[in-house]
Amino acid sequence: MLKIVNLCKNFNINTNNEIVLFNNFNLNVEKNKCTTIIGSNGCGKTTLLNIIGGSASIDSGKIILKGKDISKLKEEKRANYIGRVHQNPSMGVSPSLTIIENMALADRKDTQFTLKKLVKKEDIDKHIALLKNLNLGLENKLDTKVKFLSGGQKQALSLLMATMKYPDLLLLDEHTAALDPKTSKLIMTKTRELIKKHSITTIMISHNIKDAIEYSDRIIMLDSGKIILDKASTDITEKELIEIYLTKLEHIVA
Amino acid sequence: MNLLIVTSLEQGLILSILAMGTFITYKILDIADLSAEGSFPFGAFIFAKFISIGINPIISTLLAFLFGSLAGLLTSILFTKLKIKPLLSGILTMTILYSINLNINGKANIPLFSYSSIFNLGSTLFILIIIVLFIKIILDQFLKTETGYLLIATGDNESFIRSLGENSNKYKIIGLMISNGLIALSGALTAQIQGFADITMGSSIIVVALASIIIGDVIKKSSSKIKNTTGVIMGAVFYRFIGSFVLELGLDPTNLKAISAIIVILFISYNNLSIGNLRFNKTKGGTKYAENSQSM
Repeated sequence: MLKIVNLCKNFNINTNNEIVLFNNFNLNVEKNKCTTIIGSNGCGKTTLLNIIGGSASIDSGKIILKGKDISKLKEEKRANYIGRVHQNPSMGVSPSLTIIENMALADRKDTQFTLKKLVKKEDIDKHIALLKNLNLGLENKLDTKVKFLSGGQKQALSLLMATMKYPDLLLLDEHTAALDPKTSKLIMTKTRELIKKHSITTIMISHNIKDAIEYSDRIIMLDSGKIILDKASTDITEKELIEIYLTKLEHIVA
Repeated sequence: MNLLIVTSLEQGLILSILAMGTFITYKILDIADLSAEGSFPFGAFIFAKFISIGINPIISTLLAFLFGSLAGLLTSILFTKLKIKPLLSGILTMTILYSINLNINGKANIPLFSYSSIFNLGSTLFILIIIVLFIKIILDQFLKTETGYLLIATGDNESFIRSLGENSNKYKIIGLMISNGLIALSGALTAQIQGFADITMGSSIIVVALASIIIGDVIKKSSSKIKNTTGVIMGAVFYRFIGSFVLELGLDPTNLKAISAIIVILFISYNNLSIGNLRFNKTKGGTKYAENSQSM
């Protein structure tokens, strides 16, 4: 589904602070699977997601999605194939618009935006049905501005909107990191429901080892832009993964 | 006194067009666009140019809108394509427009008394009400369209716009063009009502626009049913009435600009520190809106 071929990405090129993050980095992500990337801060997880999503440039290499080279495509063009949920719940929504207005905008993705009325009566039932699936009562708050929702409600809405048009690839960038444990679990459950129901290939970044094991099919550990572990989630236990993670951290501290 | 009310109302309505234009940049796109100070007299000088060569006043007024939107295009290109900061882009456009305005007719002041104006068609107040209502309705309808909502969302969260597969710069350009078009239209109408176009007529006009918007915000707080555009129009008229009242009390007109700035300070302070805000804070950021939703 997604192939990253010989990716090179350096920061502060030709300065004393030049950092080589990815040097001929390669990764294949399988279709309809959830791959979780874990690793310490600064190991390149978010940069990798930014590169795939198009918000960060690359020095060389290729990003191939469904056989098509998307390396040169701008972020907004890639959005036609890729959905993303950010760590900050407000990043995936327009806070000053209402829930129904946000839903209507997300529903128009992939189409030409026109001077026609955005919120159409005939679409409202469809949006209500989608919101009902979240079981958060948001279907009763259609005219509430999103800025008045809690972080968890916003994130659930972001997730729903990012998956509404069934993207080829879903990027989840620590999307539960800013939430309390109970809300985090709820969002992870909804995430699994949505990606399984619509068979969406997913790459998730997480610092939560338990979530990585429980919700994903494959786990990749990154360190300084290199893959140091690549296993099916069924082939490794939480304890083993934590042990490797901590060993790596010890190595960094040392 | 009646004349004072009618004059204030007329001037307030003209300012409301300026304020609606500024509302798009300041409140919707969250951009401080200082090119307004150049676009306002630009509209007046464009009108003066076309009316002086025999073009119909309605068409000359529409051309002022069109040329004003081109000024907005220039500002937006400066910051979307050339990556100059929006504030500086506006200042640069304003500076360029100053020279352009002087060159359009070759003079800093153009008397227009000998030419016909849009207000020869009937009662000045009636014509202004029609124009303002027309702009308000069009703007309200536009903001309900797909493109209109994208304009609002661009000011809100550009990342969200890109996630929808859209280029946020496109909506900044559209917003800046409509905004400066309306500001120039307001300048053209001002020139017609006062009977001349002058190079200094845009000086501190942004403060007047902001005062109208901020007063509109305060009025809007009293009822959630009042639309933004209605609030801005009411704000502009109210602002004008305050100005006229202060002058009527015997204030030296040279102090009017300071009074404008003080009005802005007072209303912003009221917005920031008002009892209304304290009352709102008691609801802890939307609890009242989310109370029927499942707890998360």
